[in-house]
Amino acid sequence: MAQMKLEHNGTTPAGTELYCLNMGPQHPSTHGVLRVMLELDGETVVKATPVLGYLHRGIEKLAEVRTYPQFIPYTDRLDYVSSMCNNLAYCQTVEKLAGIEVPERAEYIRVMMAELNRIASHMLFIGATALDLGGMTGMMYTFRDREYILDLFNLASGSRLTYSYVRIGGVMNDISAEFITLLRKFLADLPGMLTEYDNLINGNEIFQARLKGVSIIPAAQLVSLGVTGPVLRAAGLRDDLRVKRPYGIYERFHFNVPTGTVGDNWERYMMRVLEVGESAKIIAQALEGLPEGPVMAKIPKVIKPPVGEVYHANETPRGELGFYIVSDGTTKPYRLHIRRPTFYNLGSIETLCRGVKIADVAAVLAVLDPCMGEADA
Amino acid sequence: MQESASIWIGLGRALKKCVLDATGTPWLADFVHTLAGVVGILTLILLSALILVYLERKVCAWMQMRLGPNRLGPYGIFQTIADIIKLMTKEDIQPAMVSTVMWGLAPILLFMVAMTTYAVIPFDAGVIFADLNIGIFFFFAVSSQATLPMLMAGWASNNKYSMVGGMRSVAQMISYEIPMVFSVLGVVMITGSMKMSDIVQAQEGLWFIVTQPVAFVVYIIAATAETNRTPFDLVEAESELVAGPFTEYSGMRWAYFFLAEYAFMVGASCIAATLFLGGWHGPWLPGWIWFFIKVSAMIFLFMWFRWTFPRIRVDQLMSFGWKVLLPLSVANILVTGIGLWLFFPLS
Repeated sequence: MAQMKLEHNGTTPAGTELYCLNMGPQHPSTHGVLRVMLELDGETVVKATPVLGYLHRGIEKLAEVRTYPQFIPYTDRLDYVSSMCNNLAYCQTVEKLAGIEVPERAEYIRVMMAELNRIASHMLFIGATALDLGGMTGMMYTFRDREYILDLFNLASGSRLTYSYVRIGGVMNDISAEFITLLRKFLADLPGMLTEYDNLINGNEIFQARLKGVSIIPAAQLVSLGVTGPVLRAAGLRDDLRVKRPYGIYERFHFNVPTGTVGDNWERYMMRVLEVGESAKIIAQALEGLPEGPVMAKIPKVIKPPVGEVYHANETPRGELGFYIVSDGTTKPYRLHIRRPTFYNLGSIETLCRGVKIADVAAVLAVLDPCMGEADA
Repeated sequence: MQESASIWIGLGRALKKCVLDATGTPWLADFVHTLAGVVGILTLILLSALILVYLERKVCAWMQMRLGPNRLGPYGIFQTIADIIKLMTKEDIQPAMVSTVMWGLAPILLFMVAMTTYAVIPFDAGVIFADLNIGIFFFFAVSSQATLPMLMAGWASNNKYSMVGGMRSVAQMISYEIPMVFSVLGVVMITGSMKMSDIVQAQEGLWFIVTQPVAFVVYIIAATAETNRTPFDLVEAESELVAGPFTEYSGMRWAYFFLAEYAFMVGASCIAATLFLGGWHGPWLPGWIWFFIKVSAMIFLFMWFRWTFPRIRVDQLMSFGWKVLLPLSVANILVTGIGLWLFFPLS
């Protein structure tokens, strides 16, 4: 365990002493088991050091003793609020490696599922941010609406959180007519939900005052820290893998990539709110263009990709999720590495928290939207 | 004191007469009469906390589209009783390295402070424990003492979260006590007295919320901060400080803090009703029922704040207190003074 040690050895210009506060791993607002060591001058943070690894399960090593399809459920347990996106990223990597073509209908269903999951994840984010800023009621409303999506996923895959719905070569099974009806209803209800969040959460003066102008970091610095996803886009960089390096059939859809101008916590928050609307646009387009046909490609019973290596990345709600697989021609990967966006985003805590108040540490953690299952893999 | 004697005064006098008849010692009768007042206030605090915990959960549930407690008894009304049994039977955990005396004393002191403030609250015409001629001053003087037990608890707990919470409570008190007292000065200027019964009497025709709307708003904001409720619950800020000064307390010790917190909220609501909403005045119904209705409305307002607002940051809280509320309340005093000078030059 890392030792609590003061770096600046003691005193501040005012002659008072610095002190250390261990925030986490068990703390109401560290989203699981993140531990942040804070060096404080009264209420002001001098230095914040994230300590990770409390949820380490050795997923990368486990991959080496599992066959390719057997590893899909493990990807569910990476970032457990966007399992569909993880499934998709992994399956597309294996497909790229083995050269498997996916049927059209499956591609459309995959896009719909990934974007629905993005909405669900962002809803959880909006609620959790409200909660971390002390507004408990906001969370209840976003969780109520997230439930719609979980029900939809339940209908399609039979499970609410760990779907394993996307399979190598397609998806688990076709979606029903009931699913499509319910999805259309959800899309119709979504603007009303967003208005409600706007009234209760985003529109609140205190909420805005808490986030605006806090932890402004230029995009270049975030890039050097390896930050991706909405946090980076808030700093003004139009960096979205769905547009930059389109995977699957994403180039067929028209949508905006919201970007910020200032790069403060408020814009990091608003990126997610705006992305919900954009994802809904993509789902609507996918529903329109949904073709008939099979949802599973004809793939061999035992998947044995050729010798070689591949890297493939997807844009998950948290940023660039990449899988790097080295194949030795057997049924199991020789080595599998996961580029986990949360892990890299958490690296920016030290920069983001410098000079903020204790209360803003909770806000910074909230807008980074960490999912510790992913950071610790 | 007007002679439309409330039922509570009647009860008190009957009790006094009973004791006097039975024992024939006037001092004992007086003692029993006073004791009845103390017991009455204690009962009121405990009973209101009992009901408010339940109501708060129901109101919160209603605002969050939940059902709230609904298992124990009809509509879950026995939930609080179950909670109390749980708290009383809990193990009394004292963490290592705490400063035992200070740590143990803090919750009791806080509850005592909360109880003392009730001495000057006029529940009905004449139903006031001590109608001091500095009534309102007494209330603020005593209620601001609540900071000390908070600081004691924070300091003695040997926990950094607690300590930061304790420090915050002091900073918050300094920022909010002054605008709060200043906001009340307008009312005192109009009445020309700090006596609670005089203030209520002066509102027989017109409630002070009409003549002093700015003061009312300042008072409500400052009172929210004073009672440590959202958006000013920085002291116990759950998502930052876990539970602030209360982090290391459990069982009945924690329950004392909790009780005191509710007692303060009810107290602040009572003062708001007394100073701005006309106290016990109202048509048809007995005075104490009117008072109860007004206090309930105020409590609902506080609950509403709590379940819809996020928390403000500590530096924002102080700059808001000093730069917005204080000038506003001072301006209110000035305008009130000019108004009095213009319309009642001789009073």
